[in-house]
Amino acid sequence: MKIIYILTLVPFIGILGFLPFVNKIEPYVLGMPFNMFWMAMWVVLTSAILGIMYKLDPRNREGDQE
Amino acid sequence: MDLEQWTVGGRGFGAIFVFLLMAGEIYTTFSFLGGSGWAYGKGAPALYVLIYITLSYVLSYWLLPEIWRYAKENKLMSQSDFFVSKYKSPSLGILAALVGVVSMIPVIVVQLKGLGIIVSEASYGAISMSEAVWMGAISLTIYVMISGIHGSVWTAVIKDIMMVAIIGFLGIYLPIHYFGGFQPMFEAIDAAKPGFLKFPDQGLSVSWFISTVILLVFGFYMWPQVFSAVYSARSGKVFRKNAIISPLYTLMLLFVFFVGFTAILKVPGLVGADADLSLLRLSIETFDPWFIGIIGGAGLLTALVPGSMLLMSVATLLAKNVYKEFAPDVSDRHIVRLAKFLVPIIALIAVYFTLNGGETMSALILMGYSLITQLFPSLLFSLKRNNPINKFGAIAGIITGLAIVICITLSQSTIGTLFPSLPQAAKDLNVGIIALAVNFIVMITVSIAFRKHAVQLEPKSVNDI
Repeated sequence: MKIIYILTLVPFIGILGFLPFVNKIEPYVLGMPFNMFWMAMWVVLTSAILGIMYKLDPRNREGDQE
Repeated sequence: MDLEQWTVGGRGFGAIFVFLLMAGEIYTTFSFLGGSGWAYGKGAPALYVLIYITLSYVLSYWLLPEIWRYAKENKLMSQSDFFVSKYKSPSLGILAALVGVVSMIPVIVVQLKGLGIIVSEASYGAISMSEAVWMGAISLTIYVMISGIHGSVWTAVIKDIMMVAIIGFLGIYLPIHYFGGFQPMFEAIDAAKPGFLKFPDQGLSVSWFISTVILLVFGFYMWPQVFSAVYSARSGKVFRKNAIISPLYTLMLLFVFFVGFTAILKVPGLVGADADLSLLRLSIETFDPWFIGIIGGAGLLTALVPGSMLLMSVATLLAKNVYKEFAPDVSDRHIVRLAKFLVPIIALIAVYFTLNGGETMSALILMGYSLITQLFPSLLFSLKRNNPINKFGAIAGIITGLAIVICITLSQSTIGTLFPSLPQAAKDLNVGIIALAVNFIVMITVSIAFRKHAVQLEPKSVNDI
């Protein structure tokens, strides 16, 4: 259970916590300025993290009616 | 069909339907015009729209199943019911409903502004902005009167499909057509307006961004219409499943920003609230009238669908969760009639604010969020098993928070003007955060002060509900 709580915080730290360090235009990645790419990347990572949380969370193994 | 069936779909909706229902309420004309407007007018800070929605889904993983389970166990229908039941206080229910009404008015104004912009731009100026706002309000009112709540679910699906297709096309085609690609476009903007693609050192700075995103994440599920959409799910698992794919859907907003960024160099000179025109102005420069018609049509749906849901929610809140509390004997039929009667009145109020305010869509949305977020502290604590907060604390906190937001909005203060001696990073914090912090402190202090009083009242008031 504990690791799920930590995973919850990861997107917040990755996006908001790192913002002061990634607020720059170069290098361009996928045609986007770096700060914009950083955020787009984290949107995708957030999705992945939520997927991992879902797999680890024992509540999701039960049937549909919890 | 009983009342439970009608309002919360019999609590039988699966993941896909709940996803569509919520997406229909979250992505409004604001995402279409306001998102590109901010990219055009402010640059990098526009990214807040993408981030607050994404992080709200992380919160939803924990928050929504809890709300859903409690609502199901207690057969709740609305957000007010939730507060009434948790805090054993009908007054808090009325207060929550009124907060919802006041917060949703700016969001309705955004939809009317959107309708006005789309109609006047797509008519190539033949219809003036104020005529278009009136036409929009009238058609919205008629739409609501005829369709009610459930008519909008399938229109919402069509709306989302059209919106995604058009935004995807515009966001890819326009930068390539004008600049040959994304990177050349951003390089051209960076050369023309140095610093525009970064968060500035003051104003809409990094600390503004972080505080705004946190405020919006807290407020995201506090909207009464979104909150009660939670009730319609079949199980709590639905939300945890939806949380996985929902962030990917927000990537659509990147393409909205690309349109706004293309417009910076191609249709320059739109200042202030006119920045919201950038998507349509650029489209008119680029495409034939028939295609403007299609864009306009999709745009109209993004305003009409959420606009109708919002109007309906405000009218129902006032009739059912405010009026009925004072007149408990009236019949359900009477309440429905009152709600319908209120729709045109609310539309008129929204028209007044639309024609008299010069705010950008983004500013209006942020104001609505500052207001609705005041419900978050007492809601969050109510999910704890032994809630230390009582109804006195909850009511005092919400009222204090609201008063601060209203004072700050009317005087147009920022933290910088209120406390000029603070460091720049603190000055740039979103003012809504102050209201939320004071709300929190008042809530706890008053709860402790009235602790004995609440314990004495409790056994009696349980039977009242």
